[in-house]
Amino acid sequence: MTAIGLVVAVLAELFPNGISHYAIGGLLVGVGTAVIYLGTGIPVGASTFLESTLSYGSSLSRFQQYRPSRDWRVVFTLGIVAGAAIYAATFQSGLVGSSLHQPATAGEFREIGGFTIWLTDVQPWRLFVGGILIGIGTRLGKGCTSGHGVCGVGSASSASFVGVATFLLIAIGVAQLVQALGVSP
Amino acid sequence: MSAEHEQHSLFLPLVFVGGLIFGFGLGFSHMAQPEVVLNFLQLSDLGLLFVMLGAAVVTGIVFFGVKQFCGRAPLTGAVYGRRLKTLDRNVVGGGGIFGVGWGLSGICPGAAYASLGVGNIFVLYGIAGMFVGAYVQGFWRSARADSRAPATAAD
Repeated sequence: MTAIGLVVAVLAELFPNGISHYAIGGLLVGVGTAVIYLGTGIPVGASTFLESTLSYGSSLSRFQQYRPSRDWRVVFTLGIVAGAAIYAATFQSGLVGSSLHQPATAGEFREIGGFTIWLTDVQPWRLFVGGILIGIGTRLGKGCTSGHGVCGVGSASSASFVGVATFLLIAIGVAQLVQALGVSP
Repeated sequence: MSAEHEQHSLFLPLVFVGGLIFGFGLGFSHMAQPEVVLNFLQLSDLGLLFVMLGAAVVTGIVFFGVKQFCGRAPLTGAVYGRRLKTLDRNVVGGGGIFGVGWGLSGICPGAAYASLGVGNIFVLYGIAGMFVGAYVQGFWRSARADSRAPATAAD
């Protein structure tokens, strides 16, 4: 096998679904973040929404600090939901296709009047228990995959590098353990 | 980040458009699918690295470029700054707890909102869990802060 052939074989092993849709999607996530930053100077993160939204219904002192930003954080989150819905209405529904886009290979598709929705097979208890830990961890740890991973890393912030390394390594360990225990999906 | 910023008529529309591109990107990259994230964490498909790299390259260039060439943000008048948080035990402890949750479920906050957008109503279990968790830590930290306050006053 030639050296190039070996590299291609290794890449095919590590990236069985290609890389184009991952890279393009990632660039768009960065562009969305950059648009908000250029206009407002705010480096957005997705997890603060959890606490800022709780301030509408709770008078706990911890949540009150987010009152000034809670309205635009709701708008940002609605934008994320709507943007993903546009993806669902176009690429996911088969209305638009591209060789750079990979259709889903897991989960379940359901068609509702020309609009294809996608449903996960991951069990509800995993989502719920995981969600609780994510709610505690991201808020205690000052950020999530977008706040630390995108804006913090983009800012070359040492706290964010430490945060990303921590949650990435722990998550890999836990996912491996869960898989080894035979929990699927 | 005070509430006055929101008075600019384009503030909320711009935040919405930014969220729209962000959410579309998460859908396109399959990050809205917990299975794909779990495949990454189980090291059977490392594509997620390109998502994070692609996003951080864009924000890295923009965040640093803007400081060189631009003055203040047009819609808020805010000075452009980097996203810097204090590195302390909470970053590691919280990051660790988040890591357990991420590894168990394959979801994270932004991707979970996007997952709802692609029709995955089951992700509501995860989003409900996130609110419960955020409330629990808020309750705990508020109680701690409140119990500390009188002691400080007595000092």
